Amino acid sequence: MSGLLLVSASFLASGVEFVEALTIILASGLTRGWRSSLLGAAAATVVLAVVVAFFGVALVDTISLSALQLVIGVFLLVFGLQWLRKAILRYAGLKAQHDEDAILREEMAALRQAGAVVRSGIDWPGFVVSFKGVLLEGLEVAFIVITFGASAEAQAASVGGLRGIPLAAGSALVALLIVAAAGVALHRPLAAVPENTMKFVVGLMLSAFGTFWAAEGVGVDWPGADLWIVLLLGCYALASWAMIAALRRTAPAAAAQGAH
Amino acid sequence: MGYVRQFVLFWYDFLVGDAWDIAAGVVVALAVLAVVARAQPGAGALLGPLLALAVVALTWLSLRRELRR
Repeated sequence: MSGLLLVSASFLASGVEFVEALTIILASGLTRGWRSSLLGAAAATVVLAVVVAFFGVALVDTISLSALQLVIGVFLLVFGLQWLRKAILRYAGLKAQHDEDAILREEMAALRQAGAVVRSGIDWPGFVVSFKGVLLEGLEVAFIVITFGASAEAQAASVGGLRGIPLAAGSALVALLIVAAAGVALHRPLAAVPENTMKFVVGLMLSAFGTFWAAEGVGVDWPGADLWIVLLLGCYALASWAMIAALRRTAPAAAAQGAH
Repeated sequence: MGYVRQFVLFWYDFLVGDAWDIAAGVVVALAVLAVVARAQPGAGALLGPLLALAVVALTWLSLRRELRR
């Protein structure tokens, strides 16, 4: 059960980040040429793959199980609550929604200011923007793949014969292929993807896993073990919806401003 | 700005972002939990749900702080 949850969280979190990376690649490709844009994205992907392989193996092989649980738990909890907090603020109308179309327009306008496009050879502004965009968005994917992969490894969770980092990386790869295929087919940002809902769900999952692992790391036993992850997910979802409702009630004026 | 400072700021922003209160609260809550778990090994079944309650409270306090800004 926890294997499936890990795969879902890894897939959703990666999907959201890849949608954001796709917008940057599109902006760079449409204004500076596809060659440099795709080369930048490919170079960043290689760097991220090395980061995942190196730190993933180092984390699993060199740290004891309880220390691993604590480290992963704290990171997941802090990181997950950051996502959850932002998603709650967006649902409550206190923070602007992520608008991929607007981001595309802004990125394209900035890239057009970067001088004449180099047609033969590499166009460095296009390469660098694409590289940086994919690296920064991908770093969050790498972080989630490493922590969830290490969790799956320690829990001996497996899905379809895969376990550990390859399991988490595999679900991220599926998300990458789906987003890339949609990008190639549509040639525009995936603005219709419900990013805030996905971030909300991922925030809940990261927070639930983080709570479970961090508590185990400091010596707490959960009676019922993995079942608690599902319970925590449900409790956090209910609490989050209550917070959204309360924020909407207590700050309608601020919400009206934030929605614009 | 030195590279080390930039490096540290990047990771701070990446992991903690603008919700430093949640990060600090999580660390404090876990430290308290670790002390109680060692002192009262029999209280194990209660401590996990208590952490979950602390997480909800921290999130709410952080959201309230954001509202006041």
